[in-house]
Amino acid sequence: MALDSIYQGALLDHSCNPTCRRVLANATHTHEGVNASCGDDVTLSLVLDESNVIQEAAFTGNGCAVSQASADIMASVISGKPLAEAVELADAFIAMIDGAEPTPEQKEALGEAAELQGVSRMPARAKCAQLGWRTLQEIAADLAASAV
Amino acid sequence: MTAPVNIDHNPYLQDFPLLAANPELAFLDSAVTAQRPACVIEAQQQFYQTMNSNPLRGLYRLSAEATQATNQARRDVAAFIGADPDQVVFTRNTTEALNLLALSFAPTVLEPGDDVVITIMEHHSNLIPWQRVCAATGANLVFMRPNEQGQITQDEIAAKIGPRAKIVSVAHVSNVLGVRNPVRAIADAAHAHGAYVIVDGAQSAPHLPIDVAELGADAFAFSGHKAFGPMGVGVLWGTKELLETTPPLFAGGEMTLRTTESDATWAPVPTRFEAGTQDAAGIVALGAAVRYVQQIGHQAIMEREAALMAYLVEQMAKLPFVQMLGPSDPTQRYGVVSFTVRGVHPHDVASILDSVNVAIRAGHHCAQPLLDWLEVETGSTCRASLAFYNTRADVDKLIDGLNLVWKIFGGGK
Repeated sequence: MALDSIYQGALLDHSCNPTCRRVLANATHTHEGVNASCGDDVTLSLVLDESNVIQEAAFTGNGCAVSQASADIMASVISGKPLAEAVELADAFIAMIDGAEPTPEQKEALGEAAELQGVSRMPARAKCAQLGWRTLQEIAADLAASAV
Repeated sequence: MTAPVNIDHNPYLQDFPLLAANPELAFLDSAVTAQRPACVIEAQQQFYQTMNSNPLRGLYRLSAEATQATNQARRDVAAFIGADPDQVVFTRNTTEALNLLALSFAPTVLEPGDDVVITIMEHHSNLIPWQRVCAATGANLVFMRPNEQGQITQDEIAAKIGPRAKIVSVAHVSNVLGVRNPVRAIADAAHAHGAYVIVDGAQSAPHLPIDVAELGADAFAFSGHKAFGPMGVGVLWGTKELLETTPPLFAGGEMTLRTTESDATWAPVPTRFEAGTQDAAGIVALGAAVRYVQQIGHQAIMEREAALMAYLVEQMAKLPFVQMLGPSDPTQRYGVVSFTVRGVHPHDVASILDSVNVAIRAGHHCAQPLLDWLEVETGSTCRASLAFYNTRADVDKLIDGLNLVWKIFGGGK
């Protein structure tokens, strides 16, 4: 196998043993993200407190290991963070998958998600890795729009 | 008889520059687009280098040469499918040819309550155009469905093709199941009810000798790029009667006899269907492609592909975690094996195979209704497809790669 395979470490762990794959009965915000071209879907649920801190994040969905593991990693990384900070991480993650080198601070904050950087060498799979994170951005955009 | 086929060796390797330059690559995705031999690539370049001008339009030597070259290609393509060159129309691809029939021909014959009969295994390009024309004309879209072995039976033909049938349009070979549909039997049933028969030959032209009359087709379409020709050139053949009663889909340059302020009279078939400047270099290259195939010979191609397919199916059947779709008998398959790996998404399978230089397709293969009907989990499959330039080593690499996929994902857990 090629040494740079993405099918190892965090991606494989979270694919085979997801930690945040469940329905959140007390979710305050839920949104479904879809990659129409490949049929992957991720429904992301958040429990946001009154100061917009993510108390809990979880997801359900169907699709390839890349899309599902990335969503699982994201849910565990953003739990406990203010939404604004989580959105900054989503921006950094999406840019990393599109080929940008994250700063050391971003890498640190991305935690296990930084292990998915190898997907940036597989343009056909970029959308899969980004799906959960785009869904988070969409929740934040909807919130911002409804606040206006 | 001929010597047994030696699939350990690819005698055509040097004909295919991309394959020769990538000896480590197992290219098992010819059903999506084939590799092209050097003679095709050179023919395309040669056109631009030595005779570049617009066929039919210029009264000078270059244009005459370009016209001769495209006429020759039309004769070569006609010979390839057993047709008269005057009934060979160049299109961009199969999709455009089928859309031309659905948009221009179908409305001349369809009335509300008529049936358009297709199969559930059609590629979207032989499905969506019929959905549209049925919605526009009030005709019904009727699906023939295969048995568990992927075969459309005589009973199914009799049940679905009845007196209301006006158009029957079927894939010659399925791009997902790999089966060859019983086109002759379908055509006989259709003609008994006065219906027209359209054959999507995108997946058959690269593998089988084609004789449009023997098939009983009223129209036949195929794509150049799947048949070792260039991308962007396809073929529509139709009977004289069908083509002459079909209005052109596109109007414009070089497709009229006389144009006035208020009207135009169409040029004869096939020119009336080729409005505007055509991909003349591509057409000439497609001529080179069909000559190349005929030079190798369909007998040699079919024997080689049959041996490769038998080996592929035999080896895949040994993998308990792999499930194949379609007929279990490899002699019933033409070029294609769709399959799933238990518990692993097809896109992950394809990515892992890519990491060991095996190129396959993963997805819905533009046949979503078929995968829905077969209730394929994830709505997608992997697909390995063969051409005569593949070898035993390509199959072995695929099998090794699938074992690696299974290992990575924990052997099923």
